[in-house]
Amino acid sequence: MRVPTMAEKMANGESPDILFWVGCAGSFDDRAKKITKAIVKILNKCQVDFAVLGTEESCSGDPAKRAGNEFTFQMQAMMNIEVLNAYEVKKIVTACPHCFNTLKNEYPELGGNYEVIHHTQLIQDLINTGKLALEGGETFKGKKITFHDPCYLGRANDVYEAPRSLIEKLDAELVEMKRCKTKGLCCGAGGAQMFKEAEKGNKEINVERTEDALETQAEIIATGCPFCNTMMTDGVKNFEKEGAVKVMDVAELIAHAADL
Amino acid sequence: MEIILFAILLSAGVGFFAYNAWKVRYNILLGQDIDRSDRKGERLKTMILVAFGQKKMFSRPIPALLHLALYVAFIITQIELIEIAIDGLSGHHRFFYFKLGGFYTFMISFIEILSVLAFVATLAFLIRRNLLKLPRFTMKELIGWPTKDANLILLMEIVLICCIFSMNGADEVLYSRGGSHVEFAKGHYDFAISSWMGPLFFENLSIDALHVIERIGWWGHILMVFAFLNYLPYSKHFHILLAFPNTFYSNLEQKGKFTNMESVTNEVKLMLDPNADPYAAPANPEEAPKRFGAKDVTDLTWKNLLDAYTCTECGRCSSSCPANVTGKLLSPRKIMMDTRDRLVEVGENYRKHGKGYDDGKSLIGDYITEEEIWACTSCNACVQECPVNIDPLSIIVDLRRYLVMEESKVPSELTGMLTNIENNGAPWQFAQTERLNWANED
Repeated sequence: MRVPTMAEKMANGESPDILFWVGCAGSFDDRAKKITKAIVKILNKCQVDFAVLGTEESCSGDPAKRAGNEFTFQMQAMMNIEVLNAYEVKKIVTACPHCFNTLKNEYPELGGNYEVIHHTQLIQDLINTGKLALEGGETFKGKKITFHDPCYLGRANDVYEAPRSLIEKLDAELVEMKRCKTKGLCCGAGGAQMFKEAEKGNKEINVERTEDALETQAEIIATGCPFCNTMMTDGVKNFEKEGAVKVMDVAELIAHAADL
Repeated sequence: MEIILFAILLSAGVGFFAYNAWKVRYNILLGQDIDRSDRKGERLKTMILVAFGQKKMFSRPIPALLHLALYVAFIITQIELIEIAIDGLSGHHRFFYFKLGGFYTFMISFIEILSVLAFVATLAFLIRRNLLKLPRFTMKELIGWPTKDANLILLMEIVLICCIFSMNGADEVLYSRGGSHVEFAKGHYDFAISSWMGPLFFENLSIDALHVIERIGWWGHILMVFAFLNYLPYSKHFHILLAFPNTFYSNLEQKGKFTNMESVTNEVKLMLDPNADPYAAPANPEEAPKRFGAKDVTDLTWKNLLDAYTCTECGRCSSSCPANVTGKLLSPRKIMMDTRDRLVEVGENYRKHGKGYDDGKSLIGDYITEEEIWACTSCNACVQECPVNIDPLSIIVDLRRYLVMEESKVPSELTGMLTNIENNGAPWQFAQTERLNWANED
């Protein structure tokens, strides 16, 4: 696995085509790190000229902004923008819809203007341009896969088709939940909820959402967000279905299918 | 005599409405400024699709079709109202009847058919609310006045439609006997419904009784219209007018984009700028420092306040809210209802005691609790669902901003998260120097 950093690239006088914004979950969360590696394997395989910021990356500020702390958000954003602009970054791919949304929509007003895409969009492009072939690996032919729309990818940014087109490329049977796309139900982690206990209620949101997913009889719950992944994994455990139902990022499915 | 009475009623009805509409406008303009004057073409298109074309209603087809019947009937009936106003002021009877000929028959027939559909839809709505008790119509924020308000509007619509048919039906029978004021020869209007419904109900009545029924229908119709018009500013039903400006001034940005707080940007730039003079005088010393976020309705934008008046309490937002469906206290609909109730109160206070009067109450605390706003996942389902593009999320976020930045009231776990971001650039306690460790792990 080759993971070049922007600093190394710069030292060699190179400037990569695209920056891979890993995000905090992708850097530190054990489950999300696997997604990060799947993405890197895909980038390596397709010989994409990319780099990461590595230790120069810092939280995008999303949870601070959603929690109402605009000071912390803007401090983070401006420090990140300073780094990104110093490296003259033009294009960014993120592994997390929250980073994706913040970098794409909220950084421009603070001086950070980049073309920002989600990893499912990049992978879709790699397959469509023939750079990535899904062969030799695990076959998903005929398997039932359902896709849980991350709010910050779907409703927040209208990306519904890229992840679905990838699942269809797996030759799998994409089964939709009753609440999907614009009507998709949140996993419960957005708006900084990931970092706190839920308020009092009669049910956990991730349990409600996992019920939707289990109803489809899918063997795999696919998603495109590290937080959704955590919430859905916990939901599946709540129903003691972890033996029968797997929660996976679309990038992992693709990496498996391409034998990476 | 009738003409004078009508003229008085017309001016009183329109005048009183104009006065109340002015009060609503005054209240809305108490909000903070926000620029929504750009991209007019796109705004017009949004208004035509969403308000005029009912686009977002159709994500739920059954209520959408029922609502469409009422909506189209309402719009087309305005044409008949023009005739009623002309007749009322000039003493004519069916002013357009001879002028428009066959088209008149077509027009009124069209109105009659739509009125029947509207009647059916209204009954269905009453059944959905009161017998089927759909979950979104029985949530606790609707207990009391909001439920009465909804039923009252539906009953007014039933009365209105009954008036239209007694007016046309009785007139049809009168005309067939040569007793109609339209002309004293015998004839038939041939309107689609009243041509058979009139004889069915009124065939056995005397000409005098028919005249009374026709007049009751005519006056009843126009009185209901005046009553309705003046009820609007006090009711959730104001959406029939405000849906149009509200969709025109929609947020056209991506839903995930939260507003940038420029006042914070200036301070953060100062903090990050090594050459900045912390004791320098502010750029605009005249300008009173604005509050961070929203404590009360006057801290919200005028668009938030227009949203509140536009809300017709349909509850699509709350029925799709992940927090609400799992039993949390948060209901986006209640956020809008509270904002409106508080705004009405503040507006009354300002007009009574002078602008800026402080009654010691505020939107957060007295109307909306902290528990409600901390239950939000910012998932945008409420914003997506609203058929008239109301944005409850931006109010929730502004209330959070106030709590966090002005009052330092943050749920304790979030304090930890924020401290971690500030200290080590991640919401968890991991050192930034370890950020690339994953690349060397198996």
